[in-house]
Amino acid sequence: METLTDQNWLLSVGVFLPLVGVLVMMFIPRDDESTHKTIGIVTAGATLVIGLITLLNFDYDQSEKLQFFVDAEWIPVINSNYTVGLDGISLPLYVLSMAVTFLVMIYTWDNMPDAGNPKAFYMLMLVLQTGMAGTFVAQDLILFFVFFEVVLLPMYFMIGVWGGENRKYASLKFFLYTMFGSAFMLVAFLALFFQTDAVSFGFAHLVDAGASVDRDVQIWIFAGMFLGFAVKVPMFPFHTWLPDAHTQAPTQGSVILAAILLKLGTYGFVRIAIPMLPEGAKAWAPVIGILAVIGIIYGALGCLAQTDMKRLIAFSSVAHMGFVMLGIATLTEFGINAAIFGMVAHGLITGMLFFLAGSVKHRYHTLEIKRLSGMLVQAPRLGWILGFSAMASLGLPGLAGFWGEFPVILSAYNPNFGLSEELFRTLMVIAAVGTVLAAAYLLWLYQRTAFGEPSDEFTSGHGSSDGDGAHHGATPQPVGAAVNDDADHGDEIYDVTPIEWVAWTPFLVFIVVFGVYPQLMFQVIDPAVTDMVARLGETLGP
Amino acid sequence: MMLAADAAQLSSGWFLENAWLIALIPAIGFGLIIAFGKKMPMKGSEIGLLSMAASTVLASGAAVQWIQRTDSADKGGEEAVGLIQAFGRSVPTVSEGGEVEPFIEPVVSTWVWWQNSGLEFGIGSSVDGLAILLLWLVAFISLLVQVFSLDYVRGDRRYTHFFAALTLFSAGMLVMVMAENMVQLILGWEIMGLCSFMLIGHWWEEYPNARAALKAFFTVRVGDVGLLVGTAIIFFGANQWAVDNLDSNGFNIAAIQAWALSGEGSHILLLMGAIALFIACIGKSGQFPLHTWLPDAMAGPTPVSSLLHSSTMVVAGVFLVARIYPVFWQGFNIDNGGLSFIAVIGGITIVIAALLAFVQDDIKKVLAYSTVSQLGYMMLGLGTGAWLPAVFHIFTHAFFKCCLFLCAGSISHSASHHSFDMKKDMGGLRKKMPFTFAAWIVSTLALAGIFPFAGFWSKDEIIDNVGNNGYDFLLIVGFGGAALTAMYMTRATYLTFFGEPRGAAAGLHDHDDFDDTHAEEHEMELLTVGAPEGPTAEEAAADAPRSLSAATNTDHHDDHHDDHHDDHHDDHHAEPHESGPLLLIPILVLAFLATISGFANATPLGEEWESIKKYVEPRPVEVPIEDYLAQGAGESLQLVMPTATGDALTADDGAKVCGFETPAAGTVCFFPAVTHAVPKLSKILAATATVVIAFAVAIAFNVAYYGRRNKHLVGLTERSRTLRGGYLFLKNKYYLDALYENVIVRWVAHPIAKAAYWMNQKIIDATVDGVGKSTRRTGQWVYDNIDQKVVDGAVNGSGFVASETGHGLQPVQSGKVSQYGALLFGAAAVGAIVLVIVNVS
Amino acid sequence: MLAVNFLLLGAVLFCIGVYGVIARRNAVLVLMSIELILNAVNLNLIAFALIKGTVDGQVFALYVVAIAAAEVGVGLAMVLMIYRNRRSIALDELSEMKG
Repeated sequence: METLTDQNWLLSVGVFLPLVGVLVMMFIPRDDESTHKTIGIVTAGATLVIGLITLLNFDYDQSEKLQFFVDAEWIPVINSNYTVGLDGISLPLYVLSMAVTFLVMIYTWDNMPDAGNPKAFYMLMLVLQTGMAGTFVAQDLILFFVFFEVVLLPMYFMIGVWGGENRKYASLKFFLYTMFGSAFMLVAFLALFFQTDAVSFGFAHLVDAGASVDRDVQIWIFAGMFLGFAVKVPMFPFHTWLPDAHTQAPTQGSVILAAILLKLGTYGFVRIAIPMLPEGAKAWAPVIGILAVIGIIYGALGCLAQTDMKRLIAFSSVAHMGFVMLGIATLTEFGINAAIFGMVAHGLITGMLFFLAGSVKHRYHTLEIKRLSGMLVQAPRLGWILGFSAMASLGLPGLAGFWGEFPVILSAYNPNFGLSEELFRTLMVIAAVGTVLAAAYLLWLYQRTAFGEPSDEFTSGHGSSDGDGAHHGATPQPVGAAVNDDADHGDEIYDVTPIEWVAWTPFLVFIVVFGVYPQLMFQVIDPAVTDMVARLGETLGP
Repeated sequence: MMLAADAAQLSSGWFLENAWLIALIPAIGFGLIIAFGKKMPMKGSEIGLLSMAASTVLASGAAVQWIQRTDSADKGGEEAVGLIQAFGRSVPTVSEGGEVEPFIEPVVSTWVWWQNSGLEFGIGSSVDGLAILLLWLVAFISLLVQVFSLDYVRGDRRYTHFFAALTLFSAGMLVMVMAENMVQLILGWEIMGLCSFMLIGHWWEEYPNARAALKAFFTVRVGDVGLLVGTAIIFFGANQWAVDNLDSNGFNIAAIQAWALSGEGSHILLLMGAIALFIACIGKSGQFPLHTWLPDAMAGPTPVSSLLHSSTMVVAGVFLVARIYPVFWQGFNIDNGGLSFIAVIGGITIVIAALLAFVQDDIKKVLAYSTVSQLGYMMLGLGTGAWLPAVFHIFTHAFFKCCLFLCAGSISHSASHHSFDMKKDMGGLRKKMPFTFAAWIVSTLALAGIFPFAGFWSKDEIIDNVGNNGYDFLLIVGFGGAALTAMYMTRATYLTFFGEPRGAAAGLHDHDDFDDTHAEEHEMELLTVGAPEGPTAEEAAADAPRSLSAATNTDHHDDHHDDHHDDHHDDHHAEPHESGPLLLIPILVLAFLATISGFANATPLGEEWESIKKYVEPRPVEVPIEDYLAQGAGESLQLVMPTATGDALTADDGAKVCGFETPAAGTVCFFPAVTHAVPKLSKILAATATVVIAFAVAIAFNVAYYGRRNKHLVGLTERSRTLRGGYLFLKNKYYLDALYENVIVRWVAHPIAKAAYWMNQKIIDATVDGVGKSTRRTGQWVYDNIDQKVVDGAVNGSGFVASETGHGLQPVQSGKVSQYGALLFGAAAVGAIVLVIVNVS
Repeated sequence: MLAVNFLLLGAVLFCIGVYGVIARRNAVLVLMSIELILNAVNLNLIAFALIKGTVDGQVFALYVVAIAAAEVGVGLAMVLMIYRNRRSIALDELSEMKG
């Protein structure tokens, strides 16, 4: 595979710069909270700048090739190299991971979870960032695995230390579940390594050599990888860690989890499992497709049964990632392109929704849907943003979510490489029904929380101090009192704060930008995907 | 006879090439209103008005240039005369002069929007006659409605948001109308749905409004499944052909049209695609059985009802069918006179909606069902091959129905204290609101199809063509629908403008000083579907006893849903009076257009009156591909005038007709040769007579029933079991809402979702937890039995050993330096010996 | 065979040093014995360097000289402190390091 090696320091700097911040923070006493916050934000900002420089220096005419390519000796004993590179598939996710971390850190400035200790929190986020960015640029299986696992620990602590009431259970479940998958994945990696004569763990080599592995062996190896990645995605029926982890995680953890961590799994499919094991992928594609569509419907039904806003959003992730996986399962350029677009779009939209859930929790001290009402009256901008995000999430054209959904549905009509058309067309129709259900649960959520009059317990002029929105017996505000959007509604329920605007605006802007002009992203992804599918075609035939 | 190659060039123009501005300006306007609207002196409404005015001007310019373009082509075309002979049932193609009329290519400007699998898909404007017609219509009506809204929603707490949403809606509709490809069409389609949601739920503080908004969005969304699936089917059907032949792709609308008529797509594919797409149209255009959202959508402000839910947005489904008509033409075998799905649905819709209009007390609901019924006419026309009258009916219907809604708005604004209940709060308004009354009457006559008002020319033309194309039964349905229309409009007119003033119209503001009740209609409340917050029938009866019908509509919220914005009005407790100029001007303009717009295509008057046919209907001619390609998307707009080539004509002696036979090699068709009925005086008379008789009967009945309270008629529904059954059936809207909400939605939302979640928690998650627990239990066992006893035993053992050894060695730690030295050297010596031995061997 | 003589001398010195460390009670004498041991090692290092013909051994010897100096410095200081505290430098009276 041809590679470009210009300016190849960029990726290593981008990946490891956050660790420098961690190092600096180690030497600063824990009590100095704002210094820690500043250092964390500055480091993430600098990393984002590196990411933007990468973005600027990326050669968009050759986005199918690996750029900024580094191939250095790392662990010669096992033929594993420090190989990093970036192509059109990784680029959007790589930059997204940096941007999201940075914005989450800004958000944390005055939304620190209750457990406190910003030093540890920011350090964990920076470590997390290294892991995420590294996963997207690694071009060597062992390196990939290391980064993939590096992500796990900070997230475990974020949930376990700063999480909700049931955090211990949730974090342990998250950790063990993912480790369970990773174990199989590692075995699969090693099996692939030895099946290809134990020459190298490099992606390029394995893509070339993997295709010649015996078909049955490919299927078994794919099964291992499937377990590892499917848990991470998460696909039905490996999704049960997700609602718990999301519900218990602090807002920041939920956002990063939804925006980036889930993509590690889908990215693994696109980058590793499918190109390296074409025959295995073909054999598994119907299974993936069926599970994906079950996930779509099932996630949506799960949403309809929720009473907790955050848990509902978590379940919607299962449905949305179902679309992504359906796109991947078709093995078509169309589907995989849309899947990658869908990953980024889902990252932005669901990340935004989790931010909102966090802010709602912060204001109302509850996320129970039936207790929330009239958000548009009390916090109109928050309500509008919720509406906007809900619309984006249900796949309204003109917003980013559509481009991850519509082409996927389209692609399922015509799967590649002789996959069963009957099956995939059935899946297409069911997935299309899934979009209706998505509209149902999101609008239901919106109607319940944003429309109507604010409920009594939150309309008392002065916020209750016991943290549970106690009933003060205040009369509900008459409609007329809400004439002015900017009216003061008491201490408890306030509208979007400046820090929140700073953290959210990029999300909102990019949801619109990518929705209105999707070519921005498609032109980067498409050549790389087309190239990949063409190579699949060499093995699998037309 | 190779004439076509050097034929005349089509004129284009700035307005046509930049038609995309028509949609872009409102879109930018929307952004500006959102960003700065609240700070503007008129709260952002001026931006909305300005952008719509600009769009109207641009659309008018584009319309003029399109007319010039067509004229220039026709002038050139006369030299390139070829003769196409009639084929099929009637006189196909535009053969009145025995000439081949040239194909007028759409003016296309596109940009790359997205790409996938190496194909680039565009966004932009593709302007042809149909697009021009609707662009102008949407821009113009949006402008009028915004003018109307200035006064109507003045003082509303979300005034700015209202105008923002209206402007965004216009942008969305314009984007859809000028769509160059299916994805762009979907974009506009869904933006309209969003705006519909926002505007219906404009007063979302009240639960019923929020609920109606949700219902509208959700119902349309159900139909949209068909849109997604249908687009997918058509895309993969047409894509390869389009890439090979037209250097285009399977989203491009022109390519889809050409592919559908090329005869190369399999019929089953076309049929599936057509069905799927038509399901979307059923949802959007309120066709049976998904029409239930449209009457509920009247919960929105009246300008919204008049713009979105009568004249423009709801015709989107009709537009979609008209836009890619070849797909439906081929898919449903309209060419062979097949009884198409479209026609059947259209026919059913006409009748069921018209019947429902009889039992509505809410004036807007009468109009809503009337809209559904008229949309049924349009679908009926399209489904039976009457493309032109159907499209023409979109045009005329927009004027008179929009006018009727604005009249209703005017009444509620100035006369009935923001009530829409005809029986409770209206009556006898004709003297108090003379202009509104006149506009209402004109529009009603237009709707009913009375000569010479607009509806006569379009609706009768649909009915005529339906009959002409051999659909006898549907012809009767059409006639019946026309008669029903006349009747329910008579009822509405009578209740509103004639008789004694009641309730608010009589200047009364409280309803508690009446006594006389009519209990016979309480049963209608038996199966109220929704409206949990509404008063019960008894309460309503106690509240409004002197109204003609005691029990109000099942959806009680209608009684008060327009009364939010009146905080700043002093006059709403005043006597009923005529509305102000800002309300009246749009109404009168529309009434004027409702009177004359029919002459835009007055077929019975002769060919020179058929401008819509000339300028809007695409010409069913074979276009050589190289001529078509010469245009290139967004590039050269200087066109070679394509026409049927001499080759094709001489070879087959002119027997080739688009839509009936596959086009000759190297040529494509974009539109099938639909037939046009030749107008006959007898038919026109029959239609007119039907409507007039219906009017007469209805007037007689209404006067007798409501005016004189004829004792044979009053209470008839109570006395006759059959009639009462029918009445309840209608009153409950055929129980469709009950089916959807009580059965389907409840099932999905509650038991199924609950079951799925239960399964999630109790089975899958429990499995996980179970695995976890059993692992822990295993761990416990291992811990207790193996770890503690064996392993730990060993560990403890070794610990013990170590400890004992330590104790044993303790004396060695004497603390004496010399002993340490001795040990050190002894150890060193031992080490040295070992080293020596090892190295020796 | 000059080098062998050096080695023998080194061995003798080493043994004297070991004897001194183990047998003497006086702390200063013990320190001096340690010096003997170190210098015996130095002799060995230099002798081996001579045999091998490299300078490595000599470098190490220099290094050991430096360490010995430091060690004596520290050692004498400790002895001085012990003397101040106990008025005695007899090692067998000290058992603070008893385990």
